[in-house]
Amino acid sequence: MSLIVNRRDIDFLFYEVGDLDEILRNGSYTEFDRGSIDAVLDLAQNMAERAFLPFAGALDANEPAFDGEKVSMMPQVGEALYAFAEAGFFAAGFDQEIGGLGLPSVVCQAVQGMFACANLSVAGYSFLTVAAANLLNECGDAEQKAMFLPKMLEGKWFGTMCLSEPQAGSSLSDIKTMATPTDDGHYRITGSKMWISGGEQEISENIVHMVLAKIPGGPPGVKGISLFIVPKYRVNLDGSVGEKNNVSLIGLNHKMGYRGTTNCALNFGEAGECRGYLVGEPHQGLKYMFNMMNEARLAVGAGATMSALGGYLYSLQYARERLQGRHPGDKDPASPQIAIIEHADVKRLLMTQKAYVEGALALLYYCATLVDRQRLSTDDDERWELKLLLDILTPVAKSWPSEFCLEANKHAIQVLGGYGYTRDYPVERHYRDNRINAIHEGTHGIQGLDLLGRKVRIHDGAALKLLTAEIEKTLAAASTTVGREGEARTLKEALDQCHSTIMRISQCSDVNRALANATPFLDAFGHVVIGWMWLRLAIAAINGLESGKEADKDFYRGKIAACRFFFNYELPKTEHVFRLVGSLDDTCLTVTPESFIGE
Amino acid sequence: MKILVPVKRVIDYNVKVRVKSDQSGVDLANVKMSMNPFDEIAVEEAVRLKEAGTAEEIVAVSIGPEKAQDQLRQALAMGADRAILIKTEETVEPLAVAKLLKKVVEEESPELVILGKQAIDDDSNQTGQMLAALLGWAQGTFASKVNLADGKIDVTREIDGGLQTVSLKLPAIVTTDLRLNEPRYASLPNIMKAKKKPLDVKEIGDYGVDVAPRLETLKVTEPPKREAGVKVESVAELVDKLKNEAGVL
Ligand SMILES: Cc1cc2nc3c(=O)[nH]c(=O)nc-3n(C[C@H](O)[C@H](O)[C@H](O)COP(=O)(O)OP(=O)(O)OC[C@H]3O[C@@H](n4cnc5c(N)ncnc54)[C@H](O)[C@@H]3O)c2cc1C
Repeated sequence: MSLIVNRRDIDFLFYEVGDLDEILRNGSYTEFDRGSIDAVLDLAQNMAERAFLPFAGALDANEPAFDGEKVSMMPQVGEALYAFAEAGFFAAGFDQEIGGLGLPSVVCQAVQGMFACANLSVAGYSFLTVAAANLLNECGDAEQKAMFLPKMLEGKWFGTMCLSEPQAGSSLSDIKTMATPTDDGHYRITGSKMWISGGEQEISENIVHMVLAKIPGGPPGVKGISLFIVPKYRVNLDGSVGEKNNVSLIGLNHKMGYRGTTNCALNFGEAGECRGYLVGEPHQGLKYMFNMMNEARLAVGAGATMSALGGYLYSLQYARERLQGRHPGDKDPASPQIAIIEHADVKRLLMTQKAYVEGALALLYYCATLVDRQRLSTDDDERWELKLLLDILTPVAKSWPSEFCLEANKHAIQVLGGYGYTRDYPVERHYRDNRINAIHEGTHGIQGLDLLGRKVRIHDGAALKLLTAEIEKTLAAASTTVGREGEARTLKEALDQCHSTIMRISQCSDVNRALANATPFLDAFGHVVIGWMWLRLAIAAINGLESGKEADKDFYRGKIAACRFFFNYELPKTEHVFRLVGSLDDTCLTVTPESFIGE
Repeated sequence: MKILVPVKRVIDYNVKVRVKSDQSGVDLANVKMSMNPFDEIAVEEAVRLKEAGTAEEIVAVSIGPEKAQDQLRQALAMGADRAILIKTEETVEPLAVAKLLKKVVEEESPELVILGKQAIDDDSNQTGQMLAALLGWAQGTFASKVNLADGKIDVTREIDGGLQTVSLKLPAIVTTDLRLNEPRYASLPNIMKAKKKPLDVKEIGDYGVDVAPRLETLKVTEPPKREAGVKVESVAELVDKLKNEAGVL
């Protein structure tokens, strides 16, 4: 079995749960068919397994280093990324008019997933570049696009996102980096950025930083933030790389995981003029950034899911081979030891991983399909609805995997026992790699505030209504599917309780109190969404059992078992949380800072 | 010059092979299938010859199931010009494959056939040699280097004692060893272009060749599990164990 992907699961999500065949009958996607999509996935899997996976452990043990002059790292990182660029993966998701392949978003999701699972740190450079290129493509002017985009799509220049500063992480309104206009049309950038992933490296010929900064005299807070292109090297008129642009590396951060991606404290304009080029209108930077942030947040959720998939597949393989102990009912010490996968508790550890990982994956593919349908739709109302659905699902697709797929990584370690706790096995690395996801691109707490404070209410609750209607479609199908009626009722109850909780919160005029338990709400809301996903998966699996191939029966039975697991072990947890949140519990809100340790 | 490259769809080298419970063969349900790695090397070598201007056309051919089209498309994406699938869902033994390839050679008249030295599923290592015999062509097997010039091809072969170079008159058969080259990855644009390259699907019946198996599989079993080793204290003890326990001295 592969340690980075379950291709059967991808096909199931593409063609049985989702309807990729239908998507491929539309617009520019008609160029693709199942055969070419398979070939793309084959290529991605081969490259990920051969050029990315083999040194993931070594890269974790040998993180990039800075000697005060240059950053150095294992040469395999560059080699892998050159192969990735050469094959055209940087451009895979972009429109053909600008040199991309125009691959559907849901297929990109599967492709990127394999690289992320194989070697998250190396894949990180490509995700950042694609995100920066996306931003430029959406918001840059023709001249800027011509100068930077082709190089980024070829993978010759990499990109970064420079939002955070030492004193401003969650609260971007407090950034201090300044952009002063000059007579030559560009801006002069001064200030410091913190935590910049891929902020410095010697792999690509140039680095295109997308930087948030304030223009003097602009409005205060988030309304005064603008977006700039700040290249590491200035670009000559003929497009070649010119002199240094005075972006300097102060130092690398030494991280818990995700170690192969450099993480940088950067100074702008310290040694001389650092030129920045305004993107779009002044003071609209955060809006531009957040438009793209949806995609970046889905990518974070996907990264979390892939780290967990890596742990799940490894621990599954291990559990089949490791012999230890006997069934509690077997009292004969001379009987042979059984493989640990025979123990009910080890199966519980594996089942929990399966339920979290495959449930999260289903949500991510669902969201990616919404992106595809948005692209294909010519009907404004429909596009608007798809956007709203994506808006409300994005904090869940970012946060639920970051929280629960990390939990899955914990279980993977547990399956390996003491071996899992050592660095000789990859499961602890996957755990450490995954831990970042609840922190960057908006912390777990910030996502909770986004969901409960904004997303469930936007446009008079229109997004929530749409989501509810989608869930109800599945409920209707499940209530007439033999064996799933009970689960349909359970999910309906959870959904109703979710609604009444939101109602109570919206009636509370004290905003601080209303939002005090936004994070537990986010988790419980996520469980409802994932319960919905499991019901969709189970219905598709039942169809598969009836009409599919004999060889796939185990696969389908596993899906149905995992659905049952989620509804028996997980979904009931929401009842308590919704009750707590709905009661406007103020235990945490009212506790004073002094009362923690009495001083 | 035209080059013919046969490619086989086999169980992926990363897959942990499992024997079917009825011992009738290897379980292929839902396992990853790929192009035989030695055949990838063969395609790569042919593409390099084309890039160097030595060859004009590369034809990939596979004998196997409908799904072997995936492997032919890969060959096309790597740089082959067109492909032929001779479709069969049955097992075809090396002799039958060689006979079918002989027919294809007669139709296509290539000057060079580059094959993998063996397929990693059954490790037969026979097809290239049999094809050479059937055609009466020269053969250079286990190639780690080839040099084509002036109507002949020098093939450096990996043999037990080291390297041997043979000089063959064209037309000839070459089979590839691992060190001949490192095959490229296809690229996404080339995968899309490969979709438009011609792929002919034929039936075995089209060739009038007897492909009935000559071998009967009685049963398939896992290789015996390796026993744990023991540490010896001295050379004397080692020699003693080799003599008296292992019986190999
Ligand atoms: C490995 C890594 C990679 C990163 N990559 C990038 C990058 O490429 N580009 C970039 O710009 N940034 C990047 N970041 C920065 C990341 O986005 C920030 O760390 C994150 O936004 C949190 O900011 P902070 O670290 O300053 O924590 P703080 O904002 O100080 O937060 C600390 C804690 O307080 C909570 N908190 C803060 N404000 C509130 C609030 N209003 N309500 C409730 N709780 C609150 C948070 O949830 C968190 O738990 C990266 C960070 C890391 C660790």
